Amino acid sequence: MDRREISFGLLIAVLLALTLSPFASQWPDGLEKVAEDKGFIEKGEVESSFVSPIPDYAWPGIKNKKLATSIAGVFGTILLFGMGCGLAKLLKRNVY
Amino acid sequence: MHIPDGFLSANTWVPAWIISAGGLGFCLKKVGTVLKDKTVPLMGVVSAFVFAAQMLNFPVIGGTSGHLLGGVLAAVLLGPYAGAISIAVILTIQCIIFQDGGLTALGANIFNMSFIGTIGGFYAYKIIKSIVAGNTGILVSAAIAAWLSVVAASSGCAIELSLSGTSPLRVALPAMAGIHALIGIGESIITCMVVSFVLKVRPDLVYNE
Repeated sequence: MDRREISFGLLIAVLLALTLSPFASQWPDGLEKVAEDKGFIEKGEVESSFVSPIPDYAWPGIKNKKLATSIAGVFGTILLFGMGCGLAKLLKRNVY
Repeated sequence: MHIPDGFLSANTWVPAWIISAGGLGFCLKKVGTVLKDKTVPLMGVVSAFVFAAQMLNFPVIGGTSGHLLGGVLAAVLLGPYAGAISIAVILTIQCIIFQDGGLTALGANIFNMSFIGTIGGFYAYKIIKSIVAGNTGILVSAAIAAWLSVVAASSGCAIELSLSGTSPLRVALPAMAGIHALIGIGESIITCMVVSFVLKVRPDLVYNE
């Protein structure tokens, strides 16, 4: 992949996170829905053993929930891009 | 289907952690030989795309939403081992940074989505692709494997819930597989759209080994 193709791929991912993530469905996902229907959802209401820096995909300190989600999404997307590239580079080197 | 803390008992999440750690170790060992120069940025782009797409819950039926799992998509482009690692990294970041999926349940989540969904999904794709030839074969196989991967991963989740005594298998399995049979249709559509785009612009990026 050349620089142009990499930028294009990353741009698509960033744009998806930036523009669509605030409008994602708020309905429970498959597992949550089953847990609600089958009466074990309260089992998941346990105190977390640690504090996540960006809980529930909302950038802390931003009042506008849609904007907070958008920023968290873009941050995560770029983070994963970096981690994916970095890890692949590291693992590839191990061969030699 | 990110399992939160509290759903799984220690007799389930501890072995799941051990199996997943061992499995990832195996993937890390195997992946070095298949990674090429072009795979390095591709793994970045695929990881970024799947992460972003996992945020985009789409409405399904009866007040339920679903989102892309991305296992088959990752494996079609990166191969089974790099694909599984990519999904595991996404799950780990979602758990630690975004509090999505429990830390105790991370092993089970990696087992379901990286191993059942991605590696299992890849072999389903590979088997179907050996029957249907050409680009059509790639798309048809990716679509079917994508659907299967979601249903199979959710069934894995149901088995873990029953092993934990959270919900009996006869209740959890039909409920989880049933709703994910619908979510899986979305998985097939998105996977097909992305793979057909890649086939059009850079067909050589489709993993072929």
